[in-house]
Amino acid sequence: MKFAVLHEKLVPEPLLTTPSATQTITSLAEIPQPPTIPNFSFNPELQKLLLGKQLLLDEIPLSLEEIQSHYENGYITLRKGITFNKNIPKCERCGNQDQSWFASFPCSRCGETCTYCRKCIMMGRVSTCTPLYGWIDVSDISHVHATLDWKGTLSPGQQHVSNKVMESINVNKELLVWAVCGAGKTEVLFEGINRALAMQKRVCIATPRTDVVLELSPRLQAIFPIIEVASLYGGSEDRQKYSPLTITTTHQLLRFYKAFDTIILDEVDAFPYSVDKALQYAVNQARKDMSSLIYLTATPNEQWQKECRQGKRDFVTIPARYHRHPLPVPEFVWCGNWNKALTKGTLPANVMKWLKHRIETGKQALIFIPKIELIPKILPLLQKLHPAIEAVHAEDPNRKEKVKAMRSKEISLLITTTILERGVTFPNLDVAVFGAEDRIFTESALVQISGRVGRSAQYPGGWITFFHYGLTESMLKARKQIQGMNKEGLKKGWIDVE
Amino acid sequence: MSEYCLFCHEQITSNTNWSSFFTSHKETYLCQVCESQLIKIEGETCDICSRPLEKLEKQYVINNRCLDCVRWEEDDEWKGYLLKNESLYEYNDFLKGIISQYKFRGDYILAKIFSLRIQQKLPPNVLLVPIPLSTERQFERGFNQTEALINETGQSPIHLLERTHSEKQSKKSRHDRIHIPQVFQIEEGRGVADKDILLIDDIYTTGSTLRHAAKILIHAGAKSVSSLTLAR
Repeated sequence: MKFAVLHEKLVPEPLLTTPSATQTITSLAEIPQPPTIPNFSFNPELQKLLLGKQLLLDEIPLSLEEIQSHYENGYITLRKGITFNKNIPKCERCGNQDQSWFASFPCSRCGETCTYCRKCIMMGRVSTCTPLYGWIDVSDISHVHATLDWKGTLSPGQQHVSNKVMESINVNKELLVWAVCGAGKTEVLFEGINRALAMQKRVCIATPRTDVVLELSPRLQAIFPIIEVASLYGGSEDRQKYSPLTITTTHQLLRFYKAFDTIILDEVDAFPYSVDKALQYAVNQARKDMSSLIYLTATPNEQWQKECRQGKRDFVTIPARYHRHPLPVPEFVWCGNWNKALTKGTLPANVMKWLKHRIETGKQALIFIPKIELIPKILPLLQKLHPAIEAVHAEDPNRKEKVKAMRSKEISLLITTTILERGVTFPNLDVAVFGAEDRIFTESALVQISGRVGRSAQYPGGWITFFHYGLTESMLKARKQIQGMNKEGLKKGWIDVE
Repeated sequence: MSEYCLFCHEQITSNTNWSSFFTSHKETYLCQVCESQLIKIEGETCDICSRPLEKLEKQYVINNRCLDCVRWEEDDEWKGYLLKNESLYEYNDFLKGIISQYKFRGDYILAKIFSLRIQQKLPPNVLLVPIPLSTERQFERGFNQTEALINETGQSPIHLLERTHSEKQSKKSRHDRIHIPQVFQIEEGRGVADKDILLIDDIYTTGSTLRHAAKILIHAGAKSVSSLTLAR
């Protein structure tokens, strides 16, 4: 769509009454913004939809005329979807500047050759004739006071962190919450969110994974019963809902622009957030200029750990689990050239012994392997030992069913790639990492995997064994990190001495 | 040759050997993993619609024709209009993914994936006619996906057809599709008399769209109407 500039206002081509010179939004030197007319009776539904957003025309279910009148009266803003810096395009929605992610086409909306971003095309196409629509007013719609309805109690460790979270929210600061797997990090957010909502702040919890959104939303809705929590993920029905508390995948943040006073970012070290610049850009775009940002992770990357040690990053740790037992420390077991053993159709003897012992005693176990391709080699070997053994990987269409079967104990041993390294909890479990020397098992992956063991208060112990063909730096660092946390937990008195 | 796979964005590693070094000037747009998931339609196919016959059960095949085409050709209202359809690939989940990103997300550049094979299939001296979109849909998508397929082969599409109404085809049953009133009209002032016409479309599902187009073109005096689609 092209625009004419008439009387210092943009007029979209379809609404022109007389022929005028038109151009694409990207090619305009400046986008005129009419002053806000206070007594214009704006559409409150449109306000709810556009406040703190950057939407495409196709995402606004109203007529072009109505949108135009809100713009002319100074309530709607338009921004360029694509900008050029010395002929290099940048997608303003996702921040993409990588030329291999742009393409162009003869566009019937503007009649010109339009450059478009392929990086975020799954959320609708942003091209050189695409405006991003938003709402002028950044002050939020006031909401009813949401009282926290939570009967639980925090451990001293959790309470300490909860206080730090509240403080960061108060003064719009950044904070890294470094909490061990099973620390109970969600609970440390409750008081902070409550405080933010009481201060009429708009809060967002963003996580890389849809599963987590689905798990967190009902939980938070239950403890903040007065407000209506918005739950956003690909295909969710809340897409147009305005809420003081939004739980979303990091992907969906691409539709927000200067929306939140507080963003809580879960699992910052997890894929795809950790590698996808667009998602990091999205977080920055979605927060207000004055806002707080709380990072949650069990396994900050090396850079962040360094910044913490050097005092360059404000952080707080929860070194101990809520059940006051230490984290199980991985044992290292050399298992020789397991690849060679596999080509001969066997597994190393000590691995076999470990597995047989679990089968005989009926204890459930996860076996992490470095590559999907190993599944057809290992699975038949194990199924000879016992029929209730399965394997799962990222593209497995029955992934959910298998995890469920593991939970209901229909499966005794589950072989898995790193997809189950985080987020899953089985109460009484041993874990083995097979081929722990593989590059895929980074320090943080190994810490997360070890964190699967001993999570429940009822079964706080369990074995975590790294079967390897040569020690790696990552293995040593992972063990050191776990031991370090246990030491800190003990020192602070948050772990009971057995 | 583009550096990255247009679909999965993995870097394309060209396995250059001496013969490809001397002969290969063709452009590669997909990595080998993606390319291998496009299944060409080969072997025994239906005389008319090029549906692979070996996948059909026997009772659905009559003298090298699939039962659907037999039914079309038994129907006095429809027989003889569409001479032949050719389709490039089987409509598997992978191709569904590509077509949906191309068409519904509007990722225009994906048209390039098919240009070379379309080019190879174009007979000489035919008018290449894209199946048109309604004005609203064309605005929504920003381009007509069938026209883009022709453009990307370096040929010029000839716009003979116009849509008269705009309901979404993909939501309808076979019965509904066959029994809708004519959805096309001929653009005014277009001479089609004695022309051989090749219709271009993305997917052959029931063949109803193509037959509607063929019928109106034959009635307007076209000598023959065939079609070429990406998927069958």
